Amino acid sequence: MTAPRPRDKRVSLDDAAAEVTDGMTIGIGGWGSRRKPMALLRALLRSDVRDLTVVSFGGPDVGLLCAAGKVRELVYGFVSLDSIPYDPYFQQARQSGRVRVRELDEGMVVTGLRAAAQRLPFLPMRAGLGSDVLTHDTSLRTVRSPYPDAEELVAMPAVRLDVAFVHLDFADRHGNAGYRGVDPYFDDLFCLAARRRFLSCERIVPTEELLADASPQALLLNRMMVDGVVEAPNGAHFTSCDPEYGRDERFQKEYVADAAAGRSWAELAERYVGPDEAAYQAGLNDTRTVDA
Amino acid sequence: MTEPTRADVCAVACADLFAGAGEILASPMGTMPLIGARLARRSFAPDLLLSDGQALLLADAPPLGGTAPAEGGLPYRKVFDVVAAGTRHVVMGANQLDRFGNQNISHIGPHEQPARAMFGPRGAPGNTINHRTSYWVPRHSRRVFVDAVDFVSGVGTDRAAKVGAPFHDLHRVVTNLGVLGFGGPDRSLRLLTVHPGVTVDEVVAATSFPVVGDEVGTTRRPTEEELRLLDRIDPDRFRDKEVPA
Repeated sequence: MTAPRPRDKRVSLDDAAAEVTDGMTIGIGGWGSRRKPMALLRALLRSDVRDLTVVSFGGPDVGLLCAAGKVRELVYGFVSLDSIPYDPYFQQARQSGRVRVRELDEGMVVTGLRAAAQRLPFLPMRAGLGSDVLTHDTSLRTVRSPYPDAEELVAMPAVRLDVAFVHLDFADRHGNAGYRGVDPYFDDLFCLAARRRFLSCERIVPTEELLADASPQALLLNRMMVDGVVEAPNGAHFTSCDPEYGRDERFQKEYVADAAAGRSWAELAERYVGPDEAAYQAGLNDTRTVDA
Repeated sequence: MTEPTRADVCAVACADLFAGAGEILASPMGTMPLIGARLARRSFAPDLLLSDGQALLLADAPPLGGTAPAEGGLPYRKVFDVVAAGTRHVVMGANQLDRFGNQNISHIGPHEQPARAMFGPRGAPGNTINHRTSYWVPRHSRRVFVDAVDFVSGVGTDRAAKVGAPFHDLHRVVTNLGVLGFGGPDRSLRLLTVHPGVTVDEVVAATSFPVVGDEVGTTRRPTEEELRLLDRIDPDRFRDKEVPA
């Protein structure tokens, strides 16, 4: 190998979180309570950033950002914890009227990200027609086919992101990354739709080893799509990162139970964010030791 | 002969949603539709495609909680392709449903500050505008069957008619009391059958709008073979927990 190495994009969780400033639009990868970039989220939750617009196939990422009071507007098709239908902190935020929402069909979120990824103003689709998605989001427009069918379609506008956070199984230091699970979700689209893209991963490997136990198709991101890489083992906790680890169902149940207990953000942050990532992860081990 | 429970009847009614479906993806949401789809796949609908609820297409119809070999991959991005292509029949739940089949799974109360927030619209707008859709309602009541839903997630027949919607195709609503279709005036809901042991008056009392036409039949009883299959698909009888006898 004679060409020089591309640049090293390793950063810290705090470096990545610091790229998010007040009022920005952030996109969060994963789906529901699956492969969420929770370590990056925890770093963001430790910062004093506020008034965010959050685009997500929502899970506890949305719940925690709502609980922390960091959200001005939510853009989503759903928010769910998968094994538990509803996220209680999202419900509380909605029911208090504190956050603005753009409630979209989940396919509309995909299409909006795709339009942004392709630098298009919109992409046509049928989803949304006739539903109250178009009633309540008055920014949405329809477009008529210029061809003889003249069909009226939703003109789904580009969902452009300032920053994207995603979590994958493995990456090299340059930002090439892959997953070993069954579903890539839409992490590539989040990166393509964003100006600044930050990737956490279970482990950083030498470039030569990217294909050691994955097919080329499993390399979802290439380094053109990534600005910063962080090694964050167990970084999707408590969401799943199959086959590396499953969802921590017991922890998720406690997260839900704590919503009913009416705890302050400071109390919640102690458990679900921690003073730093190392302390958060160490706390999990302590709990497990005590229970064993 | 074993006497079928109400849940057995509901499971078979959910299976019958897929009669003649051919080679399409069945997407059952909830326990009873899931049992129904697997029963259909094991009996009269061998060409049906089933997913594992994650990202695999299953080559068999395993018992609840069981696994089967995969016959393909179906990550979410491919699900959206199937939705747009229309080769899918989804059976969704409904927190609210009106007489034209407008469905709400988003929130109860005003959009700006709901009394109760649920999922959001999920894929309901895209599902209903793109392909065949049915609903499963485990507790038929006036709380579900309302005059007007608070947010239209799944599109009903009246709204579909207004926007064109060439692929809109509401099929059936199966409940714990009976089966409804959309053959009423202006394609509104019409009671097709009541389950054995249920009276038409019970359905009328549990529905906020008129649903009874001239003829109401009785939902068919499961065959002996279907009861045997049901016990293999749902040996722990989760169906009885969703619809008590």
